[in-house]
Amino acid sequence: MLMNSRAASAPKNQAHSAETLVSLSNAGVRRDSRWLVRGVDFSIARGEVVTLIGPNGAGKSTTAKMAIGVLKSDEGSVTRKRDLRIGYVPQKLAIDWTMPLSVRRLMTLTSPLKEPDIMAALEATGIPHLAGSEVRHLSGGEFQRALLARAIAREPDLMVLDEPVQGVDFAGEAALYDLIRTIRNTTGCGILMISHDLHMVMAGTDTVICLNGHVCCRGTPEMVSQSSDYVKLFGGNARSLAVYNHHHDHTHLPDGRVRHSDGSITDHCHPEDGHHHDHDHGAHDHDHDHGAHDHDHGAHDHHHEHEHNDHAHHHHDVTPNNGGGRHA
Amino acid sequence: MLDDFFIRALIAGIGVALTAGPLGCFVVWRRMAYFGDTMAHSALLGVALSLFFEVNLLLSVFGVAVLVSGLLLLLQRRQSLSADALLGILSHSALAIGLVLVAFMTWVRIDLIAFLFGDILAVTPSDIALIWGGGALVVAAMAFLWRPLIASTVSEDVAEAEGMKPAQARLFFMLLMALVIAIAMKIVGIMLITSLLIIPAATARRFSASPEWMAVFASLIGALAVIGGLFGSLTYDTPSGPSIVVAALLLFIVSLVPAFGRNTVERAANKGVRG
Repeated sequence: MLMNSRAASAPKNQAHSAETLVSLSNAGVRRDSRWLVRGVDFSIARGEVVTLIGPNGAGKSTTAKMAIGVLKSDEGSVTRKRDLRIGYVPQKLAIDWTMPLSVRRLMTLTSPLKEPDIMAALEATGIPHLAGSEVRHLSGGEFQRALLARAIAREPDLMVLDEPVQGVDFAGEAALYDLIRTIRNTTGCGILMISHDLHMVMAGTDTVICLNGHVCCRGTPEMVSQSSDYVKLFGGNARSLAVYNHHHDHTHLPDGRVRHSDGSITDHCHPEDGHHHDHDHGAHDHDHDHGAHDHDHGAHDHHHEHEHNDHAHHHHDVTPNNGGGRHA
Repeated sequence: MLDDFFIRALIAGIGVALTAGPLGCFVVWRRMAYFGDTMAHSALLGVALSLFFEVNLLLSVFGVAVLVSGLLLLLQRRQSLSADALLGILSHSALAIGLVLVAFMTWVRIDLIAFLFGDILAVTPSDIALIWGGGALVVAAMAFLWRPLIASTVSEDVAEAEGMKPAQARLFFMLLMALVIAIAMKIVGIMLITSLLIIPAATARRFSASPEWMAVFASLIGALAVIGGLFGSLTYDTPSGPSIVVAALLLFIVSLVPAFGRNTVERAANKGVRG
């Protein structure tokens, strides 16, 4: 009996959670002949929390806007469930002070709501006492809570939260992430969240997508936090970047290495040539060409010190002298 | 003392003021004062074209205002110049072309001053019907579009994401604005239309607790300015259009007195809320 009821309920749950709200397929946005983000593939199902992480300018907000139809994709496709009800907390919202707008009025910005629903949402985000206050007199954190309350009160199918806790104090931050999780659990809505900080959102996220002009890596928070792409993007300072290069130096000649470090820098600037795995393989080929040089390990240390000074010179220096005395 | 033409002027002026109130609020909230000015200036081109092609004046003014705002949107999309500079170019070019065209047409004599600064004392009963009919249409459309308009004023992105169709609302708003300019031109004149949109709205800001109340107050304050201006014009024998604007300005100045304002103390701080 127990088995039966489990078996019966499992597919039902699956069917429920499998309802796709939004799906992006090879989607990209281009502005002034530059791709802000490109080749984005993911979908959000009901009850799923997807978090986009990535450095500044990685295209997180662009991707979110593309998912909800604020931006049209210039490439690929974006499909949304019919009549998808969205609750959106944008990254930036500047309200002209000439508009008299109370928090209560802000709540009904895009849909009429009942007073109890408004107050319930404001209580959930901890600012019921501010219902009558003018929006322009709120602090940054209070305003953020009001925006979150507004999105919640709409009872959306999909909540899109672009750095929802910016400006919120530390204790409040954790509480709001808890709240977001609770809402997902109670209403079963899908959530697309943007954050700089994987560690804060880790516990509540099903899928993390690491963006840097393109999808670098994806998976559960644990998987992503251990991936080299994540370390490269968020280990972020020169030291860890050097360590990363060093690792490759042991297997590649300077020729391959310089190119590779060029390649990984290019990834930041030109999102379109972001397939650094391809570059890796290219470098491997070079490795075979020059694989006989035993002294590379010793030589690369010197190179390493000069590397940041001038890449191009290394290129030209090293290639003609390849078999020659320089490394010998 | 209250001649028939004066009563007509009052009814017409109040009609325009009530219509301009809610629209003026959006002009203030969306920082479109210069935009309104540009559309108003283009009205003279509309006047010239209507004389040249012998078409209905209202239709011609409305058409040119819509055309100019469309042109502006097109140019803005190219993003080669700031909206500000584009407005400056369009605004003064439209005005100048209008003046040049009128000068070319030596066979027609028009009272340029009446178009530039209004001739409210010359309104006819059919003008009044037009003002109140057109005004009712504008106010009804505003009421219908209210939520999308407010939502897209607060945030285009949120409005778009949550199904408010901000582009559509913006288009309708521009059409309504062109309509109001066509209607109001005769009352306050091309040069002063924007002031009838902005000054009452700016005055109303101090007393309003919500966007809705601000729209209502702007209408009432505008009507008060029309009444005050017309009586002043009658008493001191001053031109009626500018007198209405001066009356509106006086009301604005009175609203700056701390005892009248709601939010005087905090006003200087927080010019906006950033998220």
